[in-house]
Amino acid sequence: MSDKVLMKGNEAIAEAAIIAGCRHYFGYPITPQTEVAAYMAKRMPKIGGTFLQAESEIAAINMVYGVASTGKRVMTSSSSPGISLKGEGLSYLAGADLPSLVINVQRGGPGLGGIQPSQSDYFQATKGAAHGDFHMLVLAPSSVQEMADLTVKGFDLADKYRMTAMVLADGTMGQMMEPVSLDYEIGEPIEKPWATTGTKMERPHNIVNSLFLEPDVLEKSNFERYERYSYIEENECMYEEYMMDDAEICVTAFGIAARVSKNAINEARKKGIKVGLIRPITLWPFPKAPYKKAADKVKEIISVELSMGQMIEDVRLASECKVPVTLCNRVGGMIPTPEQVLEAIEKAAKGGNK
Amino acid sequence: MVVFEKPKALADVQMHYCPGCTHGIVHRLVAEVIDELGIEGKTIGIAPVGCSVMAYNYFNCDMIEAAHGRAPAVATGVKRSDPENHIVFTYQGDGDLASIGMAETVHSAARNENITVIFINNAIYGMTGGQMAPTSLPGQVTQTSPYGRDTDACGFPIRVCEMLSTLDGPEYLERVTVNNVKNVKNAKKAIKKAFQNQIDGKGFSLVEVVSSCPTNWGMTPQDALKWIDEKMLPYYPLGVYKDRSAEKEEK
Amino acid sequence: MSATNMLIAGFGGQGILFAGKFLAYKGLVEEKEVSWLPSYGPEMRGGTASCSVIISDEAVGSPIVSKPDVLVAMNLPSLDKYEDTVVPGGKIFVDSTLIERKVKRTDVEVYYIPATKLASDNDMPTLANMIIAGKLLSVTDSFAEDGVNAALKKVISAKRADMLETNLKAMQIGAEN
Repeated sequence: MSDKVLMKGNEAIAEAAIIAGCRHYFGYPITPQTEVAAYMAKRMPKIGGTFLQAESEIAAINMVYGVASTGKRVMTSSSSPGISLKGEGLSYLAGADLPSLVINVQRGGPGLGGIQPSQSDYFQATKGAAHGDFHMLVLAPSSVQEMADLTVKGFDLADKYRMTAMVLADGTMGQMMEPVSLDYEIGEPIEKPWATTGTKMERPHNIVNSLFLEPDVLEKSNFERYERYSYIEENECMYEEYMMDDAEICVTAFGIAARVSKNAINEARKKGIKVGLIRPITLWPFPKAPYKKAADKVKEIISVELSMGQMIEDVRLASECKVPVTLCNRVGGMIPTPEQVLEAIEKAAKGGNK
Repeated sequence: MVVFEKPKALADVQMHYCPGCTHGIVHRLVAEVIDELGIEGKTIGIAPVGCSVMAYNYFNCDMIEAAHGRAPAVATGVKRSDPENHIVFTYQGDGDLASIGMAETVHSAARNENITVIFINNAIYGMTGGQMAPTSLPGQVTQTSPYGRDTDACGFPIRVCEMLSTLDGPEYLERVTVNNVKNVKNAKKAIKKAFQNQIDGKGFSLVEVVSSCPTNWGMTPQDALKWIDEKMLPYYPLGVYKDRSAEKEEK
Repeated sequence: MSATNMLIAGFGGQGILFAGKFLAYKGLVEEKEVSWLPSYGPEMRGGTASCSVIISDEAVGSPIVSKPDVLVAMNLPSLDKYEDTVVPGGKIFVDSTLIERKVKRTDVEVYYIPATKLASDNDMPTLANMIIAGKLLSVTDSFAEDGVNAALKKVISAKRADMLETNLKAMQIGAEN
């Protein structure tokens, strides 16, 4: 434990990215993720990297697109309103099959919203970041350690599948400090023969592009992309189960909501209520298996969210509506308390939330 | 004896441009310059959204298709990925560069980003079928200014070189045209300088090429070239608007 | 599970976050599980600042301290806001230079420390936070100098090593008061 240091989640992301070989960062200031940019501004010049404060979120994501085209690891970070601006770039990155890492330290919305923590960009991250059929890998850290771990993992997955990986955190995760160990074995970078780094007059030119005017060609590229997505859904789901073995009630939550829920579950267990937690770590691909299993043995699933109920839709689909799935939430920057979650658990134990 | 052939950097494919369009000339000039400077193997071009969207098929160097207006941001990323070994140019029209992408244009110039920008100003949106552009002239009839550009309602055209010349950042700004042989030769000189500046590490170099769009202007190619002289050039005078290295030498 | 949930609150600029960070590091060097969560946003620039610190034998669940075992109140708005949230039997540390009123609760232990006055009397005007931290440790924990030193070294950058001694002194003043 002595090798651990206390770091803010935002700083842990930045340092982990550097360890993972990222030498290019582009961003635009927005609370509550500005520490990522500040950290990069300090570190990058000292290690021969690029930190650039772009003129807008839109420019930043397109600078990411530029570096990604050359095959190098690159990232940007922002918070909810800024991610909306990056939407266009995310779609182009997907259409051109480019790897990149994007961090969303969520805050309350819609609109300018607030600056306190939120999880209300779940839909945006997992289903509709922008136009066209595409997905991003969406990773949801629940501790500062995971902020770092999933940043490294995100780069690996992005390279492996030529996709954008998004770390979907929230203001709490970004601002809080916890002990972190940044001890990673970083493998050799994978070959990227598609990268536009100059032909050196040794090969035909590479083109990075998302324009396909012939509909049959565009259709084919979509089909192929979704075959890759199917493979990912089968092979890359990550989740944690907590006290689910004998659970009669299932709480499900990710990120900060999962931590609050664990407190409530511990309290409920003291009162003899058999309750457990399913915590998805990948939000896309969404881990359906644990819910399918839970649906055969629990009497209610409680989805704890900092949103008006977004993940709950995936939970209902994954549990095939076999048991009631209810919502326990706060929004707008408010965070559910362990007491609120405990109350929902107790109600479920007595016959169900309605 | 071959007296005229395609530059090596220009792909041996059929272009989609309309008859009389000057894109072909400017593509050729860019390719000739790439050949003459011997930089094809390290050049990465960024295509815009607009008529030249498929420029990525027309150059033999590596090419990237950017989102509308974002070419300078993409170019920034590509250049900074490997500043020593990447020669990066964007090729953008007036809608792309001076409307939706104005922020990227201004800020890459302000940063003196070491890239080369080829800016085609033909005062109209070509690809979408002839709508008013940020550079459409006062009174100019387009699909979205059917009674002529009304400057009270939709403002005045933007002179990009003049505007950027107020910035301390950019290295080199020049406006040229390609409506006759002499002007084509001057245009090539400017384009070559814009690439040479990048090789020399001097910074942001933009060449604005006043161009024609016979199809959407509703003119014959010959009349369109005349219209450049009569209408475009009085509003968009040719010349060097900034050349920091030359200014330094004078001092 | 043994956990101490601390809430430290006051004005921005009083070193609230720094004191919290120190306490978290003290937990870390003693091989506990810890978390530190600040309030953030515009209120940090001169308004109310607070941070949650949890020191625990087991993994920390929610990092948000809504029912503190220990409250440090360095200004009146903080005492007004958080007094009622302290768990029965909990402890409240009050900077009595800046807070004139007494704590109303009778089911908690209260410590009044004239931290701001002590700080200025001892020519360390910015260290009222650490004077209270010293008192806090002397009451809640062993004031083991090794742990304190090790934690201070983590929160004070090498460039400002001269501040180590002063911080330690501030904490001793607090502990003895």
